[in-house]
Amino acid sequence: MRVMAQMAMVMNLDKCIGCHTCSVTCKQAWTNRTGVEYVWFNNVETRPGQGYPRRYEDQDTWKGGWKLNKRGRPALKAGGRFKKLITIFSNPVLPSLDDYYEPWTYDYATLTNAPLQERTPVARPKSLITGKDMKISWSANWDDDLGGSAATSEQDVLLSEVSQKITFEFEQTFMFYLPRICEHCLNPSCAASCPSGAIYKRTEDGIVLVDQDRCRGWRMCVTGCPYKKVYFNHRTGKAEKCTFCFPRVEVGLPTVCSETCVGRLRYLGLVLYDADQVLEAASTPDEKGLYEAQRQVFLDPSDQAVVREAERAGIPRDWIEAARRSPIHALINTYKVALPLHPEYRTLPMVWYIPPLSPVVDAVRDTGHDAEDHRNLFAAVDALRIPVDYLAQLFTAGDPAPVDTALRRLGAMRAYMRDINLGREPDASIPEAVGMGEEEMYDMYRLLALAKYEDRYVIPPAHAEQAHRLEELATECSLDYEGGPGMGGSGPFGETSGGAAPIAVENFHALRDRQTANTPAAPTDKATRVNLLNWDGKGSPPGLFPDRPTDGSSDADRDSDGEVEPKP
Amino acid sequence: MVAVSPDYADNVKFADEWLAAQPGTDGALAMAMGHVILKEFFVDRTTAQFVDYARKYTDLPFLVTLDEADREPGTYTPGKFLTAADLDGEAAAAEHAEFRTVLLDAASGQPVVPNGTLGDRYGESGAGKWNLDLGDTRPLLSAEGGDETPVAVVLPRFDAPDGSAGRLRRGVPVRRVAGRLVTTVYDLLLAQYGVVREGLPGRWPAGYDDAHEPYTPAWQAAITGVDANRAARIAREFAANAEESGGRSMIVMGAGTNHWFHSDTIYRAFLTLTTLTGCQGVNGGGWAHYVGQEKVRPITGHSAIATAADWNRPARLMIQTAYWYLHSDQFRYDPFSADTLAAAGRGGPFAGKTTADVIAQSARMGWMPSYPTFDRNPLDLADEAADAGRPVAEYIVDELKKGWLRFAGEDPDGPENFPRVLTVWRANLLGASAKGNEYFLKHLLGTDASVRATEAPPDARPKDVVWREEAPEGKLDLLLTLDFRMTSTTVFSDVVLPAATWYEKHDLSSTDMHPFVHAFNPAIAPPWQTRTDFDAFHTIAQEFSRQAAGHLGVRNDVVAAPLLHDTPDELATPHGRVRDWKAGECEPVPGRTMPKLITVERDYTAVAEKMGALGPLLDSSGATTKGVTFKLERELEYLRHKNGTVRTGAGAGRPSIARDVHACEAILAMSGTTNGHLATQGFHTLEARTGTRLADLAAEHEGKQITFADTQAAPVPVITSPEWSGSEAGGRRYSPFTINVERLKPWHTLTGRQHFFLDHDWLSALGEQLPVYRPPLNMSALFDEPQIGETGELGVTVRYLTPHNKWSIHSEYQDNLFMLSLSRGGPTIWMSTQDAAKVGVEDNDWVEAVNRNGVVAARAIVSHRMPEGTVYMHHAQDRLIDVPRTETTGRRGGIHNSLTRLLIKPSHLIGGYAQLSYAFNYLGPTGNQRDEVTLIRRRAHQDVEY
Repeated sequence: MRVMAQMAMVMNLDKCIGCHTCSVTCKQAWTNRTGVEYVWFNNVETRPGQGYPRRYEDQDTWKGGWKLNKRGRPALKAGGRFKKLITIFSNPVLPSLDDYYEPWTYDYATLTNAPLQERTPVARPKSLITGKDMKISWSANWDDDLGGSAATSEQDVLLSEVSQKITFEFEQTFMFYLPRICEHCLNPSCAASCPSGAIYKRTEDGIVLVDQDRCRGWRMCVTGCPYKKVYFNHRTGKAEKCTFCFPRVEVGLPTVCSETCVGRLRYLGLVLYDADQVLEAASTPDEKGLYEAQRQVFLDPSDQAVVREAERAGIPRDWIEAARRSPIHALINTYKVALPLHPEYRTLPMVWYIPPLSPVVDAVRDTGHDAEDHRNLFAAVDALRIPVDYLAQLFTAGDPAPVDTALRRLGAMRAYMRDINLGREPDASIPEAVGMGEEEMYDMYRLLALAKYEDRYVIPPAHAEQAHRLEELATECSLDYEGGPGMGGSGPFGETSGGAAPIAVENFHALRDRQTANTPAAPTDKATRVNLLNWDGKGSPPGLFPDRPTDGSSDADRDSDGEVEPKP
Repeated sequence: MVAVSPDYADNVKFADEWLAAQPGTDGALAMAMGHVILKEFFVDRTTAQFVDYARKYTDLPFLVTLDEADREPGTYTPGKFLTAADLDGEAAAAEHAEFRTVLLDAASGQPVVPNGTLGDRYGESGAGKWNLDLGDTRPLLSAEGGDETPVAVVLPRFDAPDGSAGRLRRGVPVRRVAGRLVTTVYDLLLAQYGVVREGLPGRWPAGYDDAHEPYTPAWQAAITGVDANRAARIAREFAANAEESGGRSMIVMGAGTNHWFHSDTIYRAFLTLTTLTGCQGVNGGGWAHYVGQEKVRPITGHSAIATAADWNRPARLMIQTAYWYLHSDQFRYDPFSADTLAAAGRGGPFAGKTTADVIAQSARMGWMPSYPTFDRNPLDLADEAADAGRPVAEYIVDELKKGWLRFAGEDPDGPENFPRVLTVWRANLLGASAKGNEYFLKHLLGTDASVRATEAPPDARPKDVVWREEAPEGKLDLLLTLDFRMTSTTVFSDVVLPAATWYEKHDLSSTDMHPFVHAFNPAIAPPWQTRTDFDAFHTIAQEFSRQAAGHLGVRNDVVAAPLLHDTPDELATPHGRVRDWKAGECEPVPGRTMPKLITVERDYTAVAEKMGALGPLLDSSGATTKGVTFKLERELEYLRHKNGTVRTGAGAGRPSIARDVHACEAILAMSGTTNGHLATQGFHTLEARTGTRLADLAAEHEGKQITFADTQAAPVPVITSPEWSGSEAGGRRYSPFTINVERLKPWHTLTGRQHFFLDHDWLSALGEQLPVYRPPLNMSALFDEPQIGETGELGVTVRYLTPHNKWSIHSEYQDNLFMLSLSRGGPTIWMSTQDAAKVGVEDNDWVEAVNRNGVVAARAIVSHRMPEGTVYMHHAQDRLIDVPRTETTGRRGGIHNSLTRLLIKPSHLIGGYAQLSYAFNYLGPTGNQRDEVTLIRRRAHQDVEY
């Protein structure tokens, strides 16, 4: 047993109102910069719908994630390191800007500058790529609320997998919102895809980050990630992704998307898992077994054997305590209402979802007077507008049973609580019918319905003694890095000199630049480094090519079948 | 949770059931649900809890006289509430006897005048009796069991496909009281809803599946499209849950049902459901109203400062809908008379009158405010009176009677009656709220506009209101706007003052959505040339005062004030019998049959100084909210120390409100919700009237006074106060009317109870004495627009709805790049797949929507979640972002309100009678626009021009 701690998230889709506050605050905090105009670390998709980027779930096209090779071991769908190296200069399989969307802005200034004229002034959209006028034909969220369903619904990748025919008729309408961030997988295919070893999974909390110093812009990670949550910054020429807001998490604060969530649907906390079991879980032959296999990787933080091993592995005492109080552990393993997103990608994602209830298709309760009567409710679960099959394609590789269980538990919770709410004797048979005890059901109600801030976010701060290894809690002068202000400004040799600014500092500078820039779309700082778009192909500026392997082990790693050891 | 929505809206996803009622037909669904509840929970089975509630808290047991119908001898129409004045002897001699409504006691069968009617609210005899304590009286809900033979009553119906009026003939049990034939409101309600009892004459539904007789589940199915069985089941569940939970069934309603011409009838049909089931005044139950009606919790202090009631009373507060209806000349385009809306055979008061005539009538009778009031300057009128040596009111009445002076509303197009200066303070009038936007542009501003309507033909023009052959264009001389972004209003303004945002100034915030009052604080100072509103208006006031020295000086002004709610003014119209002095039906008496005429001295040179100080009227008169007057001496003394005292000028010696934080401090100190001392004081005052215990509700916080610093530190929960009807004592959450229900405090109505029945003449004429279904206006019949569903060269005709956008507060945030990047990046109209197919529109095609009111250019969003026959253009998409020129006019496309216009329902202009009396932000005509239709088509040229 090799115990590791993972910071994870659960989103309760039953509560998402589709307001996109998470997207906006995330964008404002992290990607409101040149080069990442089109990038939304957090986005919210209306389902059914194509998602962002379009049809990202179509792995036949995009080759993201893992498949099992002939030896039954996970191999990158896009091919392993050997294939990557021999094709390193050819275009990897990745979505074009058109698949995301062509970002734009408006000539807002004309509204204040326009001279007296016959018609009222109007701010027209201008492409942020070409600078020219454009007719907007796709956006970061084009099909919001089933917009354009007549034209594009059929493009939903899941539809081909769902057994029952889904028709886009008014009477049969259903929809729900799916907020997405990076999954911070236990078995991240982005990291495994990177020829430079720039993507790493932090040992302390499992957050997956891109080392901006080491990234060489090969973009294999964009291909490797089946969720398409690694993005290419076309200005710096480097990969960027959701950081799980580690500067906040390290000091015990929720991520920006969680903190600002209006529906209070996000939960943050630790899970303990057995790193030795990851490979085996990812190798589960039957895709439908992956949900259960991944659950088995998690360890019970109340188990004394686990606690002993965790302490031996150097996990601090308060982290173990936090793992015990973790809402994530409760929702995934105790109540079993949270499910992983696309477990069939075999990355063991760490952002899980509670599937949403929905209105019943038709009158199924003509007999009962009591809308909350659990007998009626169970009948209703079978008649929900969102086909269980559709949810199963998202969360359980098509197995309807776990989805059904989760939905029934949510329904039963309401039926059980109604008696309590009305001051009646609670009915123990209701939780029993869904395999739960009364106290357990009441606790689940507290966590899901009352959802207090301190119960939703159980985030142990990083430890001072580990701080030296972490990004945010600097034990030295935080500005004292190569090229930083503490070192007297940027280096003398143009754009190939200097290292990456630590991210929080970079953000501070980006903010200042924005506040002082004359043009919103084109900051004038030259603190960028290797920019493939500017490289004239002559010479090899330091940092452009991956370092040659020096430890001699790379040959052993190489696997003609694309097999890569899961990280960490 | 049941969602009623014409489309699969964002909120529907959270519901257990979705009822896709046709737009504007919610009232029909609610009427059918009422039918089921009355039948199953009142008639088939007596639900003790509901009946008990009905007896105590509603007008259901009160007696209504029946008048023999003119056209059909032997049948009757509901008349007026029987009052003490109709009884013999002592009762008739009681103070305000005409406002003491009567019910029957179950034990004696005799008429009883219970406590708590309007007759107890004012005057000496009612002191200590204005409460809902019935004592030993047990009201009879029904007139059943008397000696009289039941009679048939004629009731109105409007459910014909074209909305025209029809009649129902249904029986009620009756009794004879004081020589009059009477029945109860309950009996009338059962007749109206078509719930039959044995032995009653008339035509009744054969059962729930009777699709022809209103108001059965099957009847509504044809109108709403909601399956009859589902409607019945949900009604049953609604009531059963209320019974089981003690009144915790709730209807949350939004703008979707608020903005219809007949939204008041929709409301009343909803309220019937929550009131019959005893849900009003219960936490977790009742009617959660449209959130657009904000709640200023510290209302007393706020009103005092906002209306300058510390220096001058009364303020001129106007009903905007009527104001814009006249001054943007929309009245000129109304080709039908007000009696078009009347019940069959009952059009009397409206015969031959246009809406403009009815507005003028309401104004001259003192029902609703009207500004500008007269066709002469009120300053000059005061001078003329002085010159003539006569009291101003007397002089004006005399001038009016001679016809030498007229109300301005009787000639809105007379240049002397134009509004000349308009200040728009952080309201995007021309980008959001101006219903009939193109009429505003054409007549008020005089710019290019896309009005395509024709004026009313000569025989359909106003009679009392002057018709000028040339419609004026460009009435305004100056349009001033204060805003922090460029909007469709600022681009048309003469002067724009850059304003600070919320995060750049001090302010107070409170809403009805949470129980707190909290502060806005500047994160940064107002950047560039921007100023806080407080600063901007003080600067204007200072310069105005300086210039006033040579121009205006000190003058006497006369204010025509309407008859106000929560004052004895609401006793002006006994039985709601309308008398128009201009028609010779009575004498013009200010404060009774016409507006109050109040002389106010104005020192125009001291406006700025007065703005910076709390004036002396607060010492002498206190401040009054909803009939409770708060004495403020202690608070003013406190504020002298807290804010400091003004040393010189008009405000010398007064507490300072020279800075925004001072004003916030004063508002908090002078409101019961934020000052426990005032809350208890107000309750003690109220106790003297009700004779019941109330002050204990605030006693736990008597010593608590919320300061501005408190609100800066954290949002502060407010204190239970007579300013509002809910209790927050002991930390419970606010819910309206809990004090009424739990402490037997009367509602501020005629009976003191919640009303199903309204007996005002105008409501009788409209056929709306009781809850009734009225369909959306028939725009084909009224305005010659094509029928919904018609497809021609110019496109398909559809219902045009303008719901709120999920990402913006009216036009605010609509133009934000992030929000635009997360949507379609410009103006859009949502269409159903079917409608799009009819006119060859594909998703993201440029479309053009055209009706007589204007033209809109937008891109289509085609979705199967939209119902056929209806399009949505989300509210307040400014004309500034990606709006091309239209094919129809070549001009810039309009905003969502370019296709709408104002239409005013006459009954909304009623005043001077009990709860139907004017109060600011409480009663007045609605701005409604959902009845509108439009043609929509694909643009021939998809390469649009800007």
